[in-house]
Amino acid sequence: MTDYLILGARLLGGQPTDLVLRDGVIAAFSADLAHAREGVPLETIDASGLVALPGLVDLHTHLREPGREDAETVLTGTQSAARGGFTCVHAMANTSPVADTAGVVEQVWRLGREGGFCDVQPVGAVTVGLKGERLAELGAMADSAAGVRVFSDDGICVSDAVLMRRALEYVKAFDGVVAQHAQEPRLTEGAQMNEGALSGELGLVGWPAVAEEAIIARDVLLAEHVGSRLHVCHLSTRGSVEIVRWAKSRGIDVTAEVTPHHLLLTDDLVRSYDPIYKVNPPLRTADDVAAVREGLADGTIDIVATDHAPHPMEDKECEWSAAAFGMIGLETALSIVQQTMVDTGALTWEQVAEVMSARPARIGRVPDHGRPLAIGEPANVVLYDPEATRTVTPGDTASLSRNTPYAGHELPGRVVATFLRGVPTVLSGELTEGVHA
Amino acid sequence: MKHLLSAGDLSRDEAVRILDTAEELLGVAQRPIKKLPTLRGRTVVNLFFEDSTRTRISFEAAAKRLSADVINFSAKGSSASKGEGLKDTALTLQAMGADAVVVRHGASGAPHRLAHEAWTKGAVVNAGDGTHEHPTQALLDAFTMRRHLVGGGAGPRAADGAGAGTGTDLAGKRVTIVGDVLHSRVARSNALLLHTLGAHVTLVAPPTLLPVGVDSWPVSTSYSLDEAIEGTDALMMLRVQGERMNAAYFPSAREYSRRYGLDVARMNRLPDHAIVMHPGPMNRGMEISADVADSGRSVIVEQVTNGVAVRMAVLYLLLGGAPAPATELQNEGHA
Ligand SMILES: [Zn+2]
Repeated sequence: MTDYLILGARLLGGQPTDLVLRDGVIAAFSADLAHAREGVPLETIDASGLVALPGLVDLHTHLREPGREDAETVLTGTQSAARGGFTCVHAMANTSPVADTAGVVEQVWRLGREGGFCDVQPVGAVTVGLKGERLAELGAMADSAAGVRVFSDDGICVSDAVLMRRALEYVKAFDGVVAQHAQEPRLTEGAQMNEGALSGELGLVGWPAVAEEAIIARDVLLAEHVGSRLHVCHLSTRGSVEIVRWAKSRGIDVTAEVTPHHLLLTDDLVRSYDPIYKVNPPLRTADDVAAVREGLADGTIDIVATDHAPHPMEDKECEWSAAAFGMIGLETALSIVQQTMVDTGALTWEQVAEVMSARPARIGRVPDHGRPLAIGEPANVVLYDPEATRTVTPGDTASLSRNTPYAGHELPGRVVATFLRGVPTVLSGELTEGVHA
Repeated sequence: MKHLLSAGDLSRDEAVRILDTAEELLGVAQRPIKKLPTLRGRTVVNLFFEDSTRTRISFEAAAKRLSADVINFSAKGSSASKGEGLKDTALTLQAMGADAVVVRHGASGAPHRLAHEAWTKGAVVNAGDGTHEHPTQALLDAFTMRRHLVGGGAGPRAADGAGAGTGTDLAGKRVTIVGDVLHSRVARSNALLLHTLGAHVTLVAPPTLLPVGVDSWPVSTSYSLDEAIEGTDALMMLRVQGERMNAAYFPSAREYSRRYGLDVARMNRLPDHAIVMHPGPMNRGMEISADVADSGRSVIVEQVTNGVAVRMAVLYLLLGGAPAPATELQNEGHA
């Protein structure tokens, strides 16, 4: 294993510091301590101008394996994650077969380990087959080698109030959390885009904000009633922010995430009828975008999560209503957060480390990620150049899919290096061979 | 004008030009030989992903009267009803050298995809997309209104005074559109076009059948047909599907009909010159009673005739680029 001496990186955007990564941990903060060890190569990286952050943690990633290996595999998805600065991703359960048994979650977890680009923490389904009828074997998944702590039927809302209540209660036995995709199903039958003046004009079935807010309101009350932990996936409206803010003020144990695309993009883009902008929950109004930014800045929204959702082009190169929901986002997430939150003065880099690493790791109960950059801590580190700019080309990704909404956008920042337990998965902006023990 | 995708894309002058052209072309339909050589050698494809015999026949007649080669491509039920078929079909049509593609599709925005994705080189005409728009229907409706309500022509039986409104718009006319606005592409296109032409549009429907955000449209709205009917110059009844009551848009067909249907008693409250319109196909007994549909105020059959002329004008202006129709019509014309 190679030792790394990183020169002059700005820790969490602060003063330039030298880091020594050795034996999988952060060994020292001084170049003087980087003496070459016998039989151990020492590589030096000039990191002047780069920001060092703890490896990013995504609580909401679709890796598509097993079942849709034409769209993404655990390997390509984790390579994409590494290029985006992530060292841990939570793989959503809506695969085929669904990740609703210990067998499937262990398979996904193992594929992540074998790939060696990013730790994969599987999310378990709440209900068998995501059908919303009866609970999956949550305890078996929790006890499996994958150690599942986050449960979600993401893509589908656990709309049955009794089932949701039971799930919230049941996961308390192993410190789990239910991550809800908040979408009242009857209010969103056939829904295609945000419901508002534009959906009326474009003749597309609306997805009203109330369908998200009604479920979040119900769920925070349920969580309060049974004393459980609730996580709200991809919150997207002003009303949702207000409900979560109210719930937190009451002391309800709720956390919430926002996606990079809901921090930046608005429903005007649907005017083109280009399904590259079709996503669930849908892109909302500029007022909603302002509200989720405020919510993230003031801590109402705890984290940013990508909802990276790969789809083959044939599911996007068609008419709007026939197209699949979702956009990829692992490799652009940090840049979008820089553009919308850091460059606007709403968050510091230290806070970015909180919302993209420390808190998602805490919510997901992954103890070795989202750690402070301190001596003895696991060497999960990303080096990021905030001064760089790049123009997004859909083909320039490790993902198997190309459905990025940012084609042609000039985005700030670039991931220069990602270290997973002291081994680079990305170096000089390029993927390495990964971590192979 | 490269494509006709939305009635909202037309300026007032472009719209008036289409109506004026249609006015001249209407004469062709009344001649023994209903044909002009204008689009000889050009290919018009009718690409119908959704059944609509009446619209397809109207476009087909329009293209043939301009001597275009017409290819009817019915994609319904084929693999094209799955999404990815749209692109492949477009590429096929392009390879076949289609100069214009007239597209009807069940998905809102499908014609935009066809036109904007470098899939189609020719002109794209939206012949109805999902619950979005149907711009040629709005043009034929405006054309019919202008013939009856503007210039010398006034009232239901005045349409023989052909061309009376040439060069003018519908400034100040009051148009009331009644029914399932939420699901109606006809209502959307009419609201946009009639506004552009200076008319005052009132949409009448139960609140459940008005789209969210309708207050940002350039129209007035009302929940009461009885209130809105006063002072109306043109009353347009939209088709309402009885099944809508299953999704709780209204309690029953009978209640709908009582509150929003047009019967003789309501019709008699219209001003004398007012006309009654319907884009077809009608649900007699639901939104319109048989007596009204067959009455002297009804211009519903004439709308069909005007549809051919308006579609001729659209194809002519999109593909012609030839001399002004007037000159050509005189050359070919009434000799
Ligand atoms: Zn979701």
